[in-house]
Amino acid sequence: MEQPPKIRIDGLSFWYKDFQALDQLSLEIYPHEIFGLMGPAKSGKSTLLKVLNRLSDLIPEARLEGRVYVDGQDILGPETDVVALRRRVGLVLSKPVPLPRSIYENLVLAPRLAGRPPKELPALAEEALKAARLWDEVKDRLHDSALKLSGGQQQRLCLARTLAMQPEIILLDEPTSGLDPISTAKIEETLFQLKARYTIILVSNNTKQIARATDRTAFLLMGRLIEVGETSQVFTVPRDRRTDDYISGRFG
Amino acid sequence: MRLDPRVSQALIKALLWTLTGFTLLILIVIIVNISVEGLPRVSLGFLTQEPHDMGRSGGIFSTVVATAYITLLAIAVATPLGVGTAIYLTEYTRESWMTRLIRFGAECLAGVPSIILGLFGFVLFVLKLGFGWSVLSGGLTLAIMVLPIIIRTSEEAIKAVPEDYRVVCSSLGLSKWQTITHIVLPSALPGITTGVMLSVGRSLGETAVLLFTAGAALRTPVSLFDSGRTMAVHFYILAREGLSMPNAYGTAAVLMFSILFINLAAYGLMQRLMRRFS
Repeated sequence: MEQPPKIRIDGLSFWYKDFQALDQLSLEIYPHEIFGLMGPAKSGKSTLLKVLNRLSDLIPEARLEGRVYVDGQDILGPETDVVALRRRVGLVLSKPVPLPRSIYENLVLAPRLAGRPPKELPALAEEALKAARLWDEVKDRLHDSALKLSGGQQQRLCLARTLAMQPEIILLDEPTSGLDPISTAKIEETLFQLKARYTIILVSNNTKQIARATDRTAFLLMGRLIEVGETSQVFTVPRDRRTDDYISGRFG
Repeated sequence: MRLDPRVSQALIKALLWTLTGFTLLILIVIIVNISVEGLPRVSLGFLTQEPHDMGRSGGIFSTVVATAYITLLAIAVATPLGVGTAIYLTEYTRESWMTRLIRFGAECLAGVPSIILGLFGFVLFVLKLGFGWSVLSGGLTLAIMVLPIIIRTSEEAIKAVPEDYRVVCSSLGLSKWQTITHIVLPSALPGITTGVMLSVGRSLGETAVLLFTAGAALRTPVSLFDSGRTMAVHFYILAREGLSMPNAYGTAAVLMFSILFINLAAYGLMQRLMRRFS
């Protein structure tokens, strides 16, 4: 990789009160790649995503050490504009939480408040819904409450909501956990298309999904980086025995 | 001896039903009594004519105006203060001795008897600040009286908004204030409205505070510095001094039905807002 990394994580450690969730983690993630993060529960995957868009700021009594750079700029420093950062680094949380508004409002609220001209909003919403494979199901009821959608639809709405912000980096935490195999395949297909415009980090408990959908993969265990490499290499000739054990289902 | 569970169940149900029925009965007796005694007195003329001869004859127009004036002022002052305090307590601080102190202070304020609050309003607004017996003094003192109600209900309403909404809004790059104004407050609006409506009810019915601070002038108040006699105070004076019991009951009926009407209107408005937001 000759180009500079989009994200550089340098010696990152994170504590929830007493529990250490990340331990001296260093990683580089390059532009326009889909980067997979896998590991068992409590391995620090979700925590890492939250640090990357500073959502970790909301966790009381947490502290962290280390540096994270996005486009070479330190995002953990006090001078970072957190709101601007979160517009660049979109996070789709594992639990789908539609806001208590219409489907359309869910999509355009953030772009509108970020100052996008009103006349661009409908197209933005449509494009995002199409990318998240939800458009055909909701195009006739955009102004119905988003709370009426089914679980799988809500999950795709939350993905669409982040896409509508047009961030540079998309962080996905278990984006397909509640979806059937067909919707899952469609979302993965979407990710491939989105790669041209975005840098994507995909967290999944589904190792097969990581193997299918990502370019490079990191394996985390108890907050430590065990192995990182080309996905094909990690899954065929893992360098660490623990990676091998995890992907072959011997633990986790 | 143990009762058959079905029997004890039935007994308890009957007991609870009786208690509920008794509560309802008290309410009904009050409403019927006031309506029977008061409604015959109420007419368009009663509402639109100035009172004459100390209220023995004529209508209650000036007291309706004074009531609306003072209540609106109290609510207009107390709502931003109360909702602002509630937002601060729930969104901008973590639980600490400071927040507990503020909350304890508000509770204490709620416990102050209204007659003492009236005396305080008299000393501060009427004398010290020189507002005299006026709509302004009365409205401000009532605002202090209802402030704890608004703080408490708003705080509960804001706390009831799911934390997930705040996390999602942050992750979408909304600032804290945008999250509050666009998601948190609209979701908390029904609860906040309930608190405001309770406060309207308290203000409409208050007498002790107003005897001290707004006076009892029967002229229609125009400026904020005019004295004014609210319907509740008018009722008190008519009944207490034996001026005219029919007119006292007429005033009471108007007061009671305005509170009922305001509550229904607020409820209807809220339903419409809820439909828009969900």
